[in-house]
Amino acid sequence: MITFLGSLDDRDAMRAVGVVGGEAVSLWHGSTDLQSVDAILLPGGFSYGDHLRCGALARFSPIMGAVAEFAAAGGPVLGICNGFQILCEADLLPGVLTPNHGQRFICRDVELIVEQGSPWIGNRAVGTTITVPVKHGDGAWFHPEDGLDELEENGQVLLRYAEDVNGATRRVACVTNAAGNVCGLMPHPEHAVDPILGSIDGQLLVGRLINS
Amino acid sequence: MRVTVLVRPKTGIRDPQGEAIGRSLGGLGYPVSAVSAGSIFDLEIDTDDPKEAERLGAEMAARVLSNDLIEGFEVSVG
Repeated sequence: MITFLGSLDDRDAMRAVGVVGGEAVSLWHGSTDLQSVDAILLPGGFSYGDHLRCGALARFSPIMGAVAEFAAAGGPVLGICNGFQILCEADLLPGVLTPNHGQRFICRDVELIVEQGSPWIGNRAVGTTITVPVKHGDGAWFHPEDGLDELEENGQVLLRYAEDVNGATRRVACVTNAAGNVCGLMPHPEHAVDPILGSIDGQLLVGRLINS
Repeated sequence: MRVTVLVRPKTGIRDPQGEAIGRSLGGLGYPVSAVSAGSIFDLEIDTDDPKEAERLGAEMAARVLSNDLIEGFEVSVG
């Protein structure tokens, strides 16, 4: 679990890893040492104050070189919210996150449709839904029309918003890289791991990190 | 040497910032039908060679200051 300057969901993410039975290791963005972890989680927040573009400065943090090597070697990497933005800016995931079309910060549970039978979603059946909260102002995933069909055919779109939440291209909520080992989404699975908060569907995504 | 990088949204890319500004200007009674909002970066680059300054400015614009999926940029020296 990497803490960047301005990360704010790192502790929730570490707790969520514990809830699903894993051992969370805190990594610092300024280091290049991944401490031999088995999986990497980039948490939500507002790294570098969201200056320039969300994630655009954090992608050059010293640790990101090691993350890119880890990802290239097939290691599982999950980016949540700001972590998703960082992975897109780092070209480890396709597309880019842009301001919500409705010009509002959105903070609520959303319904997500499973588009692929993927281990990232606990192999849930295609067409079923899970519920995970979002909280973002810049969550509209954008991808040009060029290459979008290939992305879908490759099975890289894992989750789609059941309704238009933020203006995302084709309502895409969660994508992977071509190899499938790097995954990013704007909704916050780490906030949906305890029944007291309404949904435990987030355990599927966080659980993937310890079951890979 | 001063290099200015102008970054603007690509045509056809949704620009909520420009839309919000446009609506406010329209609300003030100005006959504005569209606003596109970008960014200006003035860079003081440590070189006396205008060509090198322009090359570095373009490199930084492409690598850091803009995202080519959604933005274009222009570089000017001096």
